[in-house]
Amino acid sequence: MATKITSVLRRPLRRPFSVKAQTGFTEIAALCFLVLYAPLIPLVIYSFNAGTSLAIWEGLSLRWYASAWENELVQEATIRSVVLAVSASLIATVLATMAALGTTRTGNYRGLTAIYAMINQPLMVPEIVTAVALLILFASIKAATNYHGMAYLIIAHTAFCIPFAYLPIRARLEGMDLTLETAAADLYATPWQAFRRVTLPLLWPGILAGMMLAFVISLDDVVITELVKSAGQDTLPTYMLGQLRRVITPEVNAISTVLLAVSVVMVTIFFFLNREKR
Amino acid sequence: MAGNTAIEDNPVERANRADVRARWLLSTPALIVLFCAASGPLLIMLIYSFLEPGDYGGIEWAFSTDGWVNVVLQRDIFEGTLSLADAHVSILWRSVRLSLLTTLTAFALGFPTAYFIATRPRESRSIWLFLVTIPFWINLLIRTFAIMELIRNKGVINIILMSLGIIDEPIQMLFTDFAIMVGMTYVYLPLMVLPIYASMEKFDFRLVEAGYDLYASRFKVLKRIILPLTKPGIVAGSILVFIPSLGAYVTPRILGGGKNMMLGNLIGLQFGQGRNWPLGAALALTLLMIVMVALLLYVRGVGKTENNRGH
Repeated sequence: MATKITSVLRRPLRRPFSVKAQTGFTEIAALCFLVLYAPLIPLVIYSFNAGTSLAIWEGLSLRWYASAWENELVQEATIRSVVLAVSASLIATVLATMAALGTTRTGNYRGLTAIYAMINQPLMVPEIVTAVALLILFASIKAATNYHGMAYLIIAHTAFCIPFAYLPIRARLEGMDLTLETAAADLYATPWQAFRRVTLPLLWPGILAGMMLAFVISLDDVVITELVKSAGQDTLPTYMLGQLRRVITPEVNAISTVLLAVSVVMVTIFFFLNREKR
Repeated sequence: MAGNTAIEDNPVERANRADVRARWLLSTPALIVLFCAASGPLLIMLIYSFLEPGDYGGIEWAFSTDGWVNVVLQRDIFEGTLSLADAHVSILWRSVRLSLLTTLTAFALGFPTAYFIATRPRESRSIWLFLVTIPFWINLLIRTFAIMELIRNKGVINIILMSLGIIDEPIQMLFTDFAIMVGMTYVYLPLMVLPIYASMEKFDFRLVEAGYDLYASRFKVLKRIILPLTKPGIVAGSILVFIPSLGAYVTPRILGGGKNMMLGNLIGLQFGQGRNWPLGAALALTLLMIVMVALLLYVRGVGKTENNRGH
């Protein structure tokens, strides 16, 4: 109904006479899109360079992809990145789903604002601040327990993934009213049955979207990983950051191009998932 | 709230309390993780900022305010007098200056873009918006790296300019403040466009039409109608660009080199070669405080504009 009314109201705007034009704005917008995409083009092109230089083009080749593929450090870093991103995004999504169920579709209750503030904290505190705070904490735990494993990275990543998983799930939940759950309860479904059979299937696109966002965020993280990781615990981004200090070969471009493709594919899926609900 | 005790045994009230308890329980696991790996460490850092640095990093358990004093001051080794620490002040100043410049540039590019998207037909808007969002989800490191390849001495820009004969020597762009600003603008630009677009989406263009009917010029319509009404989005976008710029670490590290540090790099340095954890902790908390002040001002400002509209 509401959309119908607004579209009727807006109809007079669709005239050939342009009220909406502003001088130069279209040109600046074109420039903006150019600026957003143009710098990525040489990056991708030089990943296919046959030569070792990032300046001179010596012909098309996949040699840098092969060299990255065979590089043991890259292999290890890739596996570590994926393991980390999968575990962090899974845990974060479960926790975020529970928190979203606890904080939506209700009146204000005591402590609700505090919960919001805690969940959103990773979005507000600069990453470098969280990173050094974690470094301090984990350094003393590492000294005390002599454990240097992946758990530190997983818990750190889980924490900053929670708000990213929480936001789409919460948005989805807020669009669902409680009538269906109430109906289920009226038909003697236990709360768990109602959740399993009614809430969860409806919530699923939100959960999936949240998990994908969390996955991409974890996969891309540099700052926290760089400061929290123990020696020899490079993820793909921290490995690349380390490489940038040396003489750069197109191998870094090849890795970048692959990561770039992964991000673009994930975001595209996310876009269509979100679109379906409208 | 008054008379709460009188209805304590009311079954509805009791059910309500059970509901609130269940809701708290649902949020608890997430809150525990966030406390362990986000809020709790900040408290520990606060304690560390008041301790003495250890010789090889870490801390000595002795109270000291040196960490905080050293944020902007330095003690003369021989005389023990305090003076302004030029290095730190210049880094602080660079951080604020570059973040402001980044915000301005992002606004200059982002506002017209958001306007452009908001004036497209409804069906194609989400596609344009999607095009703005994609780069944002590409790894920040990769985007910074792309800028680096572009502006290196042997980078694409210099090669093109030299082959066209416009310059003979490559222009040194990498490892300058300019490079950091360009990089941050590039990286954070989508954060400016999205909130401005959000505030324009609800914008009623009949107001613009009314402006033209009253003989306003295009510029006047922009200045008197569009800008004031999209102000909440502009403020939100500026905050979203300014805050991460201020705390940027990766972009200045790659594009600024070791010389042109920003606050984030100075903090990182204290936990690496600097081996002064209390100073690093104090610097990190300083950054956090600046960010919180910016956020508070934003929340206040938004509250005010909403109130004004209510009256």
